[in-house]
Amino acid sequence: MAKQAKAGQQKKKRHGKYDWQFWAIIALPLLYAFIFAYIPMGGILMAFKDYSIRKGILGSPWVGLKYFRQFLTSTSSVTVIRNTLILGVYSLVVNFPLPILLAVLVNELYHQKFKKFVQFISYAPYFISTVVLVGMMMQMMDLRTGVINRIIVMLGGTAVNFFGDPGIFRSLYVWSGLWQTIGYSSIIYIAALSGVSMELKEAAVVDGASRLQRIIHVDLPSILPTITIMLIFACGGIVSIGFDKVFLMQNSMNAGVSEVISTFVYKVGLVNSDFGFSTAAGLFQSLVSFALLLLVNWIAKKVTETSLW
Amino acid sequence: MKNEKFRHMSLGEKIFTIVDYVLLILLVIVIAYPLIYIVSASFSSPQAVISGKVLLLPVDVTLKGYRAVFQNPKIMTGFRNSFLYTIVGTLINLVMTVLCAYPLSRKEFTARNRITSYFVFTMYFSGGLVPTYILVRNLHMVNTVWAMLIPTAMSSYNMIICRTYMVNSIPDELYEACEIDGGSPWEYLVKVVVPLCKPILAVMVLYYGVSHWNDYYNAMIFLKNEMLQPLTIVMREILIQNQVDFTMLRDAKAASEMQGLAQLLKYSTIVVASVPVLAIYPFVQKYFVEGVMIGAVKG
Repeated sequence: MAKQAKAGQQKKKRHGKYDWQFWAIIALPLLYAFIFAYIPMGGILMAFKDYSIRKGILGSPWVGLKYFRQFLTSTSSVTVIRNTLILGVYSLVVNFPLPILLAVLVNELYHQKFKKFVQFISYAPYFISTVVLVGMMMQMMDLRTGVINRIIVMLGGTAVNFFGDPGIFRSLYVWSGLWQTIGYSSIIYIAALSGVSMELKEAAVVDGASRLQRIIHVDLPSILPTITIMLIFACGGIVSIGFDKVFLMQNSMNAGVSEVISTFVYKVGLVNSDFGFSTAAGLFQSLVSFALLLLVNWIAKKVTETSLW
Repeated sequence: MKNEKFRHMSLGEKIFTIVDYVLLILLVIVIAYPLIYIVSASFSSPQAVISGKVLLLPVDVTLKGYRAVFQNPKIMTGFRNSFLYTIVGTLINLVMTVLCAYPLSRKEFTARNRITSYFVFTMYFSGGLVPTYILVRNLHMVNTVWAMLIPTAMSSYNMIICRTYMVNSIPDELYEACEIDGGSPWEYLVKVVVPLCKPILAVMVLYYGVSHWNDYYNAMIFLKNEMLQPLTIVMREILIQNQVDFTMLRDAKAASEMQGLAQLLKYSTIVVASVPVLAIYPFVQKYFVEGVMIGAVKG
């Protein structure tokens, strides 16, 4: 017993021998995360205070949940929350299943060269910046000079005012997002599919399963854990619509449907300098995303036994 | 042989194969067409672009658009700034990421789990826009180069990918061997870990580099000075707010030609801005697939 304890102690000592060197190596990243991640988290107090620059965050008077009440009751912000949810759900419905479909289609190809080619082309748009993407859309979808309208007219249709019609904004946002990310999002499923057991597949062939049946009964169940994990993340992201693309696509005509929480936070906070209100809106968004993540994770655990934690 | 295989399929299988190929060919067309069109338009004459003659390939090939881009001092300043932020920013990212990932990959580091949680927490929760802005302002970084480099010095997500790679692909025996030889963790990092981490470092260069090159948000929030603005901000003015400085288009004489040249300038700017990233993409493609995989394993 005593011997064991001694050995354990020695082992512990050996483990801690170079601790100070590890601490020295990681000191800079620790400091960085403290300053740029944890200090701003403290700034969340602003959401509960009547912030004034002169008094600082700690010295400013408390206002309780005033800004949250303001955010959840004023008509303009209710519209913003609604827009965010609609855009998020629409995005999820399109951008979640289609990369899985692409992965299945790619996995079924026989020609290795064509497979590589499809992957090469479909990943490329992921690297294009949002500004360029929106710029490309505006150029190609211009009412008069845009090539897409030329093609529509050539085929006998009438030109569409893509950026002037608020009814089109959401589709434009979602489907251009699919164009940009379908290849990238499919990578993980393609990899998961390549790991599906050959024995299972061959057994299915022996049983006389057609290719479609093999996909439905062998491939998809095999990659279900991957699908579940990705779905949990995607659901957590429903309310956290990114700022860049929406902001760049916004104009006076689509403002009614294109204002989402992240652009609202920017305008209220940095344009109008209403710091408390803006922080409250931002905090609302992160809390709802986190709650959604936990909720979907919990459901996934119950239903499929796959979860993040 | 492939045809042989096809001939032996049942009718259902044949239909499946044909549908599969047709769908993927359509997908490739839909994804590639806008890219090809933009490049073709950038090389076409202003008249051809504005009258809609360009559909797939360049019409009346000319370099006027590119001349306008390279004569535009604003675009060139933006280009220079973007290069600077990308190169210096990525170097800072690499150093910070390795310094952080390495101790967290060693089981000898006693505080490893607690510190990992400390970083993982920042992936799920942040202070948000206003507190971050106030912090950067209080540090006197607003309107300086530092605002583009320091607040984004490390991504916890990328750091975790890097840590996972170190844990899984560097054999533990190497550490023990190094320790027996009297090597310290610091020596081990420099002599063993960094050389063995080249593939993941390539992924990191790609991820961080692309995020700096394409960054728009930080520049918009933190930079007002025109001389510091990166290409993305200049492009927003030209492409989205449609602010083309016509006095810059020296090549054009008539008003209609000006309009055409302004269009051409937009297409050429898009190409010039995207080429640096798309040019390195084919070389790093295999690494970046690997990065996605490691990231997904650790989620």
